Amino acid sequence: MVADIVASLKHKPGALLPVLHEIQRQFGHVPEEAVELIARGLDLPIAEVHGVISFYHYFSTSPRGRHVVEICRAESCQAMGGRELELFAKQKLGLNYSETTADQQITLEFVHCLGNCACSPSVRVGTQIYGRMSSERFEALIDELGAPALEAR
Amino acid sequence: MAGDPQIKIYVPRDSGAVSVGAEDVALAMDRALADTNATVVRNGSRGLYWLEPLVEVETDRGRVAYGPVTPGDVAGLLEQGLLQGAPTHSLCLGLTDQIPYLKNQQRLTFARAGVIDPLNLEEYCEVGGYRGLRRALTMTGQELVEEVKNSGLRGRGGAAFPTGIKWQTVLNTPARQKYIVCNADEGDSGSFADRLQMEADPLALIEGMTIAGLAVGADQGYIYLREEYPTALEILEAALSLAREKNYLGGNILGSGKSFDVELRIGARAYICGEETALLESLEGRRGMVRPKPPLPAMAGLFGQPTVVNNVLSLSSVTFILAEGAQAYQVVGMGRSRGTMPFQLAGNLKHPGLVELAFGVTLRELLYEYGGGSNTGLPLRAVQVGGPLGAYIPESQWDVPMDYEAMAELRAVLGHGGIVAFDERVDMSEQARFAMAFCADESCGKCTPCRIGSTRGVEVIDHICSNRDREANVKLLEDLCETMGKASLCAMGGMTPIPVRSALRHFPEDFQKS
Repeated sequence: MVADIVASLKHKPGALLPVLHEIQRQFGHVPEEAVELIARGLDLPIAEVHGVISFYHYFSTSPRGRHVVEICRAESCQAMGGRELELFAKQKLGLNYSETTADQQITLEFVHCLGNCACSPSVRVGTQIYGRMSSERFEALIDELGAPALEAR
Repeated sequence: MAGDPQIKIYVPRDSGAVSVGAEDVALAMDRALADTNATVVRNGSRGLYWLEPLVEVETDRGRVAYGPVTPGDVAGLLEQGLLQGAPTHSLCLGLTDQIPYLKNQQRLTFARAGVIDPLNLEEYCEVGGYRGLRRALTMTGQELVEEVKNSGLRGRGGAAFPTGIKWQTVLNTPARQKYIVCNADEGDSGSFADRLQMEADPLALIEGMTIAGLAVGADQGYIYLREEYPTALEILEAALSLAREKNYLGGNILGSGKSFDVELRIGARAYICGEETALLESLEGRRGMVRPKPPLPAMAGLFGQPTVVNNVLSLSSVTFILAEGAQAYQVVGMGRSRGTMPFQLAGNLKHPGLVELAFGVTLRELLYEYGGGSNTGLPLRAVQVGGPLGAYIPESQWDVPMDYEAMAELRAVLGHGGIVAFDERVDMSEQARFAMAFCADESCGKCTPCRIGSTRGVEVIDHICSNRDREANVKLLEDLCETMGKASLCAMGGMTPIPVRSALRHFPEDFQKS
């Protein structure tokens, strides 16, 4: 599948980022095994592919939880209680940044600005952004994320 | 009800509005309107964010606004005559255009934001869209460059370099292939104007890029959009398809014999890629490492070819300038800062949002007359202008007119126009420390002052705050800032000292911990 993705995008000038995005979209991360296939497909040194993956905060080389919960830690959110929200989130989930809950449901990350500064503080889950976050709203959001998983068991 | 004209109800699909519940409001409204002659239109945001989700209804008197609306309000609003624009409901704000926050603005670049359905090309054309491109198709490249020069437009991304001069360089550089690159990597905290524009009026950006292509002789454009903006991505993709369908993009545009197309590329979370040369590296598929200049991107940019790299707002302003003429833009503003600036009010303010005004408005007016003072009700204490690399400005300087040169005199920057207000609870040593930590996290690592200086900066600020060899460490921090400011390769390391020094200069008491 990785080879197919590479083949379908390699005609683009500067194809490496589009390829990595597509792999992460399909697999949830960029698996270690994919690196050699990407390098071969795009005719790049393996070291260069590694270098690009490690440079960008977005690409992950290990599997993440079903939901990636990101807390904005930039200035506008700080001015509206973002630092307290960060602490609360870590406590509530029992996680530090880049850690995943034992049930593989939630990975916690921070992000530098979601462009939602007029509704600070903000949190993103998947592609959904939540504004005017408070501890209470965060708690409700996490409970909501957890609920379907519990039912599925 | 058959035969009655359709009533239009507007509920924004702007990601900010959706972040506070607009999607649920739209769904509830849709359901409630199932058997009526009213339909829900998803517009962009007007930028009055404290009123989001802002619902509007079209009436013969103009559009009437209600907000902030929750799904639970929908039934009551309809009962109390929302479809007729009745003023009885407590959420009614009257005619949208008469809300002072909006009425007192000078919306040139953002004239269509929140007014139209961003993905309705016919509607876009009815309100002036593609008039600029049609005019541009009758002009030579040099005439187009002159028009932009005459408008006085300077790059709205932050560096404020005259757009027309950049275009002139690309026009003058002979090459087989040239490129237009739109920098949509809006990473500055407190900034959301690019996002709002792309979600509310994406065709204005696409039109501006097409005009730029005609001006300099480029037939390929790229939008480098940050990953953090999934809604903008969806809307831009759809807008590009619309433009292609109607031949506003692609080969032989509107039968002119000229060609231009745009590809959307997504960033991967790297603040440094907002720096133009790092952005080009990233577009080429590499680490976002800053390139030394020269060569200027205008002479050797993307894939080594002459490239215009412009911010979203610069390109969108070009659309206005070509439609209305350079004079209409140039006539407002002050000094060498011509036209309007979309200020973005963020952080601890009662009325955060987008305020497009001519240069020259004071910071105090923005904070109080528009922003309404702090959201918490506590006194405001510090205001960061121009993103994470901008200065923290104390109250004694809030009467500064917002203009590139006046800000520079205060050793501050206007940047991309983001304004983040903090109330009196802010600890400025934490903000200074954050500026250094942010730089350490986001530095591309190419040059030493930025890569190592930022990490040292965090350590030295920690030493100062823990009273370790205080005087020597304050001196060391000053030295470090001097080195970073003078010797860094780009603005990342070069400007990080601005917030740090301003915090230390204006709020020294916060660095004195007992």
